[in-house]
Amino acid sequence: MSPIITAILVVSVIGVICAVMLSVASKVMAVEVDERIPKVRECLPGANCGGCGYPGCDGYAAAIVEDENTPINLCAPGGPAAAAAIGKVLGREAGAIVKQSAFVHCRGDCNVTGHKERFQGEQTCAAAKLLFSGDGKCAYGCLGYGDCEKVCPEDAIHVIDTLARVNPAKCIACGICVRTCPQHLIAIRAESMPVVVKCSNHYKGPIVKKVCTAGCLGCTLCAKKCPAGAIHMEQDLPVIDPEKCTGCMTCVTVCPAKCILPRNGTED
Amino acid sequence: MSIKVFAAIILTAVFVNNYVLQQFLGICPFLGVSKKFDSAVGMSIAVIFVMLLATAVTFPIQHFILDKMDLGYMQTIVFILVIAALVQLVEIVLKKYVPALHASLGVYLPLITTNCAVLGVCIDNVDSYMTATGFGASYAQALFNAFGSGLGFMMAMVLFSGVRARIEDNDAPPSFKGMPITLIAAAILSVAFFGFTGVIENIFG
Repeated sequence: MSPIITAILVVSVIGVICAVMLSVASKVMAVEVDERIPKVRECLPGANCGGCGYPGCDGYAAAIVEDENTPINLCAPGGPAAAAAIGKVLGREAGAIVKQSAFVHCRGDCNVTGHKERFQGEQTCAAAKLLFSGDGKCAYGCLGYGDCEKVCPEDAIHVIDTLARVNPAKCIACGICVRTCPQHLIAIRAESMPVVVKCSNHYKGPIVKKVCTAGCLGCTLCAKKCPAGAIHMEQDLPVIDPEKCTGCMTCVTVCPAKCILPRNGTED
Repeated sequence: MSIKVFAAIILTAVFVNNYVLQQFLGICPFLGVSKKFDSAVGMSIAVIFVMLLATAVTFPIQHFILDKMDLGYMQTIVFILVIAALVQLVEIVLKKYVPALHASLGVYLPLITTNCAVLGVCIDNVDSYMTATGFGASYAQALFNAFGSGLGFMMAMVLFSGVRARIEDNDAPPSFKGMPITLIAAAILSVAFFGFTGVIENIFG
């Protein structure tokens, strides 16, 4: 027998033995996949945005089916429709949907603040941030090169007058802009929150006066006047506890810099 | 065949001929899965298991089939075929009985299929321990070498997962963040292992 034929025969026989062994093993040790997972997956929009906190829609569907306690109303793009559909598949109550959207904690547009230098590098926030914390007078404020605008999958965020502004009607609260903003100005906030702090600077008052006319001075007036005690100061910025806030708007009235604003109507 | 011989084989495989740090085989899982201690250990156990199994199967194949039929030149192809089938089998078994480990190993288990360290161990064993006479003794030596190589891989992975945990907490210069600083750390670890060269000869020789 020629050596070539021997070689082919030997390798084929070994290959066939391996194949038989594998197919037997895959039959004997087959793992049953829960048939509800693909059904739940179909109810989700398939945006794979990760806004729910799970790795994509497949991950969320698997988590819902495997763990009874996983909330089924986390999908922001799908909204109440998706939650209701999942609830139908699994026979579970959907629960209330908290409508959330992205919020920019800065109102430093070109009318109230300015540039300390002319940045001529690549026109992105990330590049500008690398050079002395950006070219704006306020090192904490919106850089206005629109990195968030570029990554938004729903065209819900736009830079107008060097300040990023969110259109809450279009926003699906996926959180991609939150992760993109090099200044960490954007957060996902419940739309039911009565008031919001529209500033992120940690400067002391006199410096704020120099860099931005709309910035929080850190005067602590809001924290002192809040009847519910829902506001405390952290690094010269007020922090509002949404659990305690009653929506009385006292802070909005007393704020001398007008940087605590009602949640509705601040997006423009 | 004394205990001394087997101890020398295992210690040589772990420290002197460490597959990752001295022979630079199996770098892909070494860099990919060493981020977390748990998955590093899981991966290493899978590698030990596959190395042992692969040697246990390929050594007799070489001895009884390839050498007998004068087909030594088919070694690489046959070994890859057999190892690939074995890894598939390990994956099926893990999926069935240890789903948590299967999930944490992710894409890296199929990567052992074409892992050079596993193939390297098999070919090294055939080259170093195959003798014309006495199949049993050389087979045992080969299995011990495979086990030692797996242990060496595990040690490298565990050591390096500790190193990486420390790196994560440190503030590397931006241009070195991530893979570059990891590679530098791996290089330093590898250089440190050169210190073991000659140790075994002096202990057991």
